[in-house]
Amino acid sequence: MITPEQAILASITVPLAGALLIALARRTPNLREGITLATATTLLACVLLLLPVVMDGARPAVSLFAVLPGLEIGFKVEPLGILFALIASGLWIVNSLYSIGYMRGNAEAHQTRFFVCFALALAATMGIAFSSNLFTLFVFYELLTLITYPLVTHHGTEKARDGGRVYLGLLMGTSIVFLLPALVFIWYVSGTTDFTSGGILAGKLDPIEIMALLALCVFGIGKAALMPFHKWLPAAMVAPTPVSALLHAVAVVKAGVFSVVKVIVYVFGIDTLSAAGATDWLVAVAGFTIVAASVVALNADNLKRRLAYSTISQLSYVVMAAALLAPLSLIGAVLHLAAHAVGKITLFFAAGAIYTAAHKTEVSQLDGIGRRMPWTMGAFTIAALSMIGLPPAVGFVSKWYMLSGAMATQHWWAVAVIAVSTLLNAGYFLPIIYRAFFVAPAHGPHDHPHGEAPLLMVIALTATAAGTVLLFFLPDVPLTLARQMLNL
Amino acid sequence: MSLASHLPALQVVIPLIAAPLTVLLRRRNLAFAVVLAASWVALAIAVLLWLQVAEGGTISYAIGSWPPPWGIEYRVDRLSAFVLVLVSGIAAIVLPYSRASIEAEVPPQQHYLFYTMFALCLTGLLGITITGDAFNIFVFLEVSSLSTYVLIALGRDRRALLASYQYLIMGTIGATFIVIGIGLLYLMTGTLNLADMGRRIAMVQGTRPVLAALAFLTVGISLKLALFPLHQWLPNAYTYAPSAVTAFLAATATKVAVYVLLRFYYSVFGGSQVFEQLPMQEMLLLLALAGMFAASTVAIFQTDLKRLFAYSSVAQIGYIMLGLSFDSQSGLTATIVHLFNHGVTKGAIFMLLGGVALKMGGTSLARVQGLGQRMPWTSLGIVVCGLSLIGVPGTVGFVSKWYLLLAAFEKGQWWLVFLIVASSLLAVAYVWRFVEAAYLREPRADTAGVGEAPWSMRLPTAVLVVATLYFGLNTAFTVGSASNAAALLMGGLG
Amino acid sequence: MTGLEKAMALGGHFTYFITIFLMIAGLFIVIARGNLIKKLVGLGIFQTSVYLLYIAPAKLVGGTAPILSDAFTVYSNPLPHVLILTAIVVGVATLALGLALVVRIREAYDSIEEDEILDLDAAAQPGVQEP
Repeated sequence: MITPEQAILASITVPLAGALLIALARRTPNLREGITLATATTLLACVLLLLPVVMDGARPAVSLFAVLPGLEIGFKVEPLGILFALIASGLWIVNSLYSIGYMRGNAEAHQTRFFVCFALALAATMGIAFSSNLFTLFVFYELLTLITYPLVTHHGTEKARDGGRVYLGLLMGTSIVFLLPALVFIWYVSGTTDFTSGGILAGKLDPIEIMALLALCVFGIGKAALMPFHKWLPAAMVAPTPVSALLHAVAVVKAGVFSVVKVIVYVFGIDTLSAAGATDWLVAVAGFTIVAASVVALNADNLKRRLAYSTISQLSYVVMAAALLAPLSLIGAVLHLAAHAVGKITLFFAAGAIYTAAHKTEVSQLDGIGRRMPWTMGAFTIAALSMIGLPPAVGFVSKWYMLSGAMATQHWWAVAVIAVSTLLNAGYFLPIIYRAFFVAPAHGPHDHPHGEAPLLMVIALTATAAGTVLLFFLPDVPLTLARQMLNL
Repeated sequence: MSLASHLPALQVVIPLIAAPLTVLLRRRNLAFAVVLAASWVALAIAVLLWLQVAEGGTISYAIGSWPPPWGIEYRVDRLSAFVLVLVSGIAAIVLPYSRASIEAEVPPQQHYLFYTMFALCLTGLLGITITGDAFNIFVFLEVSSLSTYVLIALGRDRRALLASYQYLIMGTIGATFIVIGIGLLYLMTGTLNLADMGRRIAMVQGTRPVLAALAFLTVGISLKLALFPLHQWLPNAYTYAPSAVTAFLAATATKVAVYVLLRFYYSVFGGSQVFEQLPMQEMLLLLALAGMFAASTVAIFQTDLKRLFAYSSVAQIGYIMLGLSFDSQSGLTATIVHLFNHGVTKGAIFMLLGGVALKMGGTSLARVQGLGQRMPWTSLGIVVCGLSLIGVPGTVGFVSKWYLLLAAFEKGQWWLVFLIVASSLLAVAYVWRFVEAAYLREPRADTAGVGEAPWSMRLPTAVLVVATLYFGLNTAFTVGSASNAAALLMGGLG
Repeated sequence: MTGLEKAMALGGHFTYFITIFLMIAGLFIVIARGNLIKKLVGLGIFQTSVYLLYIAPAKLVGGTAPILSDAFTVYSNPLPHVLILTAIVVGVATLALGLALVVRIREAYDSIEEDEILDLDAAAQPGVQEP
């Protein structure tokens, strides 16, 4: 048995070692894929080892070394972090199965590079999840941006290059121009960047400064896709779908909202923020993002684009719920981290399956596809229910908490936003499902007989769809962790 | 041990003797061996001196046992020790690299002359750093400059000749300005010893000749520094010189000029006088910012990698001068630490580009298309160093940026904070031009079958690339030395 | 001071005027002339002004040659002369190097006019070996 501290370090070194082994195995595809799966399983094992420790109340920590005096690379596992790590490592296994199916089904090139970068991206994600201070988080955050660039520009075409430019430009731009000054300033003002319960800025800044600093942090965390720095998400759709599934469920976007919640709870502190009234503007901006992104999704015909804007909208749910600073909404925010992950990955799996099997990318082409691909569209339906917030999908639970939190703090604007966006979500998901199952397929020039997607992909999307339903009935783990985070 | 007490003199004498020895030896392998040995011994001496200074404080060595201030004094304090380690370290790494590099770029019958000039340049740079006498600085400055002009002219492109000539003209004007400044200071204080000058200048503070001396010295040193807008010689000189020369110069020459400026500003003029009587702070700030933005912007539009990174050097020198303009402990720490960090990063980049030039036949963006496939390790090295220029955490560039931002926060100048980070975005733009060319384009047919550079080039390069990462994570040496040196300068005479 | 005394005082500083004149003349020639050798000439003149700057103040009023003797108390300063000897050597080396470069440039470009050389470079851009 290994100690919790060793498990923490293993969570980062195992994917790193895996990446190396994958690179070495480049000539034997089956071995290479096996290494990916083995690495992912080992990583999940390490995280599962830490889970009971954290749920018992312990906070294992490892401090590596100090880069500058007072700035160290260190790790500390707390409830939010372990939840994020669990989502990431668990979904990596499923995503790897799916990727294998997708990459082989589409005969993609540069597969070794793909799997190596995947493993490295997961290592960076673990670093973000377990970081003990804002500096460590920043380091791994930047590394994640850099390592996902080759994944986004995987196809190497002009479009990929342009998409990569927007992706890198926005993410690096926001982190360098906003987050870095905020980080230095936080260190300058409080002498530390450690994540501490109750925050580290109490009594050091006046309300206007807190508001400005929060703005710098939130906009600096571009991965949370808050408008107007959201364009990188649709631009990244140029990547192969397993990458989109990774980006939009597992690593990048979750790292974004995770960092936002972490900063709000552990750097600023809920009490400091509510005393300063510093998050009201954030509720408004996030609320606007939710509705605006949903409207764009409504009009998007390209399926991945529609899903991308749906993601932007769903991420802002988490931000808005966190900004409400109510215990109930914070619990909802944490739960939604998990709910959206499982749901969105299913949706992207389905999109990739449709592309692989039927070579269709636009919503308007999906008439009657439910009959040929029942498993895919079945999973799509369940995940869509989760996005809309209907039982028996877990999205219902998280939305319930967020709504309760908004009503408890009498943020009627937030309540209205949640209500309107639920309708909009239904507006852009339900027609797809209806047309897939109940409308006869149009026999056009793009039609050709096809069946379900390759087996591995179907297994993956069935698993995640099942997870969506499972979490609805068994939400204990995320709820307990959320409550622990709030010291409830 | 009596040898240990003569280390300061040996630091300069050993590379100095290597130079005529190589001319006499003529055979290029012998010449290489002699200069290599001299540079490694020089590095060992520099490290020993650094250790001595770290334990025992400033070392004062009288040349010929003539006591200062009448005789010439070699003075090693924390700042000079740090710069000595940098210069000799870079020389010790570039020299083994240069052997294979100049095979393709310099005619074989001139190789021994290359090594001679290299030894002389090293002598000059080490001499500038270690001497405590103002006129001695000028002499060593000219020694290093003249040998630099020769080294640049050895480039295979005929434009190297004109670049060297233009550098000669501008460099000599710069050096002459410096000597005018020194002359005026001598006339007013009656001494050439820097420490003594610093004591005596209090009596003549504020007189016109002293202010004029300050002006002449600043302009002259800024020419050598390549501070915007006196940087015109740099792009051509770096682009057309042989790759090993560019690597060495980019990492050392401008850094030693910064050292001279720091030495004059703080040890002679005393920080307060300089920054209170003349608007040095504002002027340096403006020129630094102009350099950072103008040079980075120009870099984005370059089609040749060497030229692109030459303009990047001008921008990075802007960062160094920006730290100086704060006139605070953090600002000076940023300046001194970036001396080292940029030296290591740029040295690595130009060494990598030398490998590219050797194997791919050139360094234009068109030629390096698909470099990620042809020379994967070299490409990765350039990316890592590029990230250091941007200031990504984990690299040395981040450490310098951190202190610059800290210094700006201490002054409460938020607008400056945003300007500093905005210029990093420009760096992202020009580094990404390389990344896109190397990784997102297919390689040209005429570069097929190209492999990595030879081991004798790759190994020294790898040392510097690893250093770019290592000193970004373990900053004890760099930041420790820099903050000690900064404290020393801010506190008064060394 | 009366006008005459002022003129006398200024007259006493005539070396500085010459220094400044040489400095500016030298710099002007470097900047304004396109011929590479003429630039070197200008550079030489500029450097000469510095020699004067150092040496002229070394002659103290009433000072004798710097040879120790009991009969004299005020000596002219020999140090600047020593410094300038060094500077002259540096100047000679610079000039020699500059002229050597000009010879090589002449061989490579067949011209020593700066504007012609720059034109040749611009014109030959595609043909000249890429750096």
